[in-house]
Amino acid sequence: MAYDFSLLHSFTINDTYIVMDINSGIVHSLSKEAWDFFKAWEKADGDAREAVTELAEVYDSEELKGIHQEMEVLKQEGMLFSYDEALDKYELPEETVVKALCLHVAHDCNLRCTYCFAGTGNFGSERGLMSLETGKQALEFLFKACGPRKHIEIDYFGGEPLLNFEVVQELVHYGKARAATLGKELKQTLTTNAILLDREKIDFLINEDVYMILSIDGRPNVHNRMRPFSGNKESYPLVHKAIKDYVNQQEGDTYFVRGTYTHHNLDFSEDVKYLIDQGFTQLSLEPVVAAPNEDYALKEEDLQLLGEQYEKLAEMLFEYHCRSKNVTYFHYNITLDKGPCLPKRLTGCGAGHEYLAVSPKGDLYPCHQFMGQEEFKIGNLTQGISNLTIGKGFRKAHVLNKEKCRDCWARFLCSGGCHANAHNFNGNIFEPYRIGCEIQKKRLECAIYLQVKKWEYNSLENIK
Amino acid sequence: MAVKVHIKTLNKEVLTQTLQSGGCGECVTSCQSACKTSCTVSNQSCLKK
Ligand code: SF4
Ligand code: SF4
Repeated sequence: MAYDFSLLHSFTINDTYIVMDINSGIVHSLSKEAWDFFKAWEKADGDAREAVTELAEVYDSEELKGIHQEMEVLKQEGMLFSYDEALDKYELPEETVVKALCLHVAHDCNLRCTYCFAGTGNFGSERGLMSLETGKQALEFLFKACGPRKHIEIDYFGGEPLLNFEVVQELVHYGKARAATLGKELKQTLTTNAILLDREKIDFLINEDVYMILSIDGRPNVHNRMRPFSGNKESYPLVHKAIKDYVNQQEGDTYFVRGTYTHHNLDFSEDVKYLIDQGFTQLSLEPVVAAPNEDYALKEEDLQLLGEQYEKLAEMLFEYHCRSKNVTYFHYNITLDKGPCLPKRLTGCGAGHEYLAVSPKGDLYPCHQFMGQEEFKIGNLTQGISNLTIGKGFRKAHVLNKEKCRDCWARFLCSGGCHANAHNFNGNIFEPYRIGCEIQKKRLECAIYLQVKKWEYNSLENIK
Repeated sequence: MAVKVHIKTLNKEVLTQTLQSGGCGECVTSCQSACKTSCTVSNQSCLKK
């Protein structure tokens, strides 16, 4: 077929007209005339003459023909209707190396977050802390398993990792020293609820270049509702102060403030705004993932409202951009040029082969979300990976092999969603979680829209 | 009178070309779940570029 419009994704947000060429990832911003022509052309199944006739009363025909010519040139240049047969045949290499570990240094927690997938920190089994010895064994496992890869990662995770801070401290030193000896670049991250984040810990984490993921949900009542102490006591004042202290002290954007929004705060753009007003400029708010019977779970009928919120958020971030206020909202920070290569986009999160989670006792799982599920256990630190089938299965579950993803316009931007969500909702890692997909697609449209707006704004500023 | 620009193209790098050139694996991992940093893969940058 000469013109296969399913190779393109077109959408408009607030008078901005966007066409994305799905396979090349090229984004075009259209004038209203060009948009109307494009839509008429699509309706006429690629018959440009018919499209021009259809619009003859609205626009000058010569101008429309000019637009059509521009589109033909883009097509020839591989930036519209692009298709590469290599995609049909492409197989990801089977062999991979482990390059990131999530260390569950504490299966215990000092908060009782309602939506916690870890069942208040213990992942459905007994509470426990990782010993220093197991931690070191995990680091050595990574140094060996990463083979020739230079850049590797460790995330200190929980439960709440600061409940095992002494071990974390030792491991951070150990990891740094060993990485230096072996010539590796080790990135160390710590994900925390900030309850125990005091001056001494902040100093240590900053001095040792540990990246921080700090959890706070937004406005005080929103946060307290979902992230209380046991006995339903509010945690906001402590958390807010600790994060603020950390953010004020660090230099060079070594953190992300992250939160979760639920059915109870569908106006979550207000929470983003609130967090930005607190001086947190690197942030993200994520949709909760929960069983449909929970009162806080997101529902199909919330999607409309959430879509409007994402648009509002894009406008807000654009306004900050115009005022030269530097704010990074994780999901909108999309890289159109110099982004990841296609093999990476097919690899996605790498759970089960590039990325593994280690339990406090040293058992290995495909990722933190599968922690403690016996049927997903793939080995342990002493014997290494004993079940290779699970990792291979995860690697196969990429967008070109999943029916829904293969036809989805967002496939190379999204990379196929979270396997754990797919497994939990549909019992099958090849079947993505629908509400997650809808949110993802809207969020990506808004991210592209924001890029277009910024690009146009910057071009105008340069002319001035 | 200035000619009206009808189509502005934001990026030039054709993704499918990276099928052959890419895959060095040096980039950071990208979990998409809510409890982590939750990166959409596309918002990372490539370490080689
Ligand atoms: S949005 Fe859903 S269907 Fe589309 S690529 Fe992502 S996971 Fe697959
Ligand atoms: S399966 Fe889901 S939770 Fe696990 S690493 Fe991948 S995206 Fe993250």
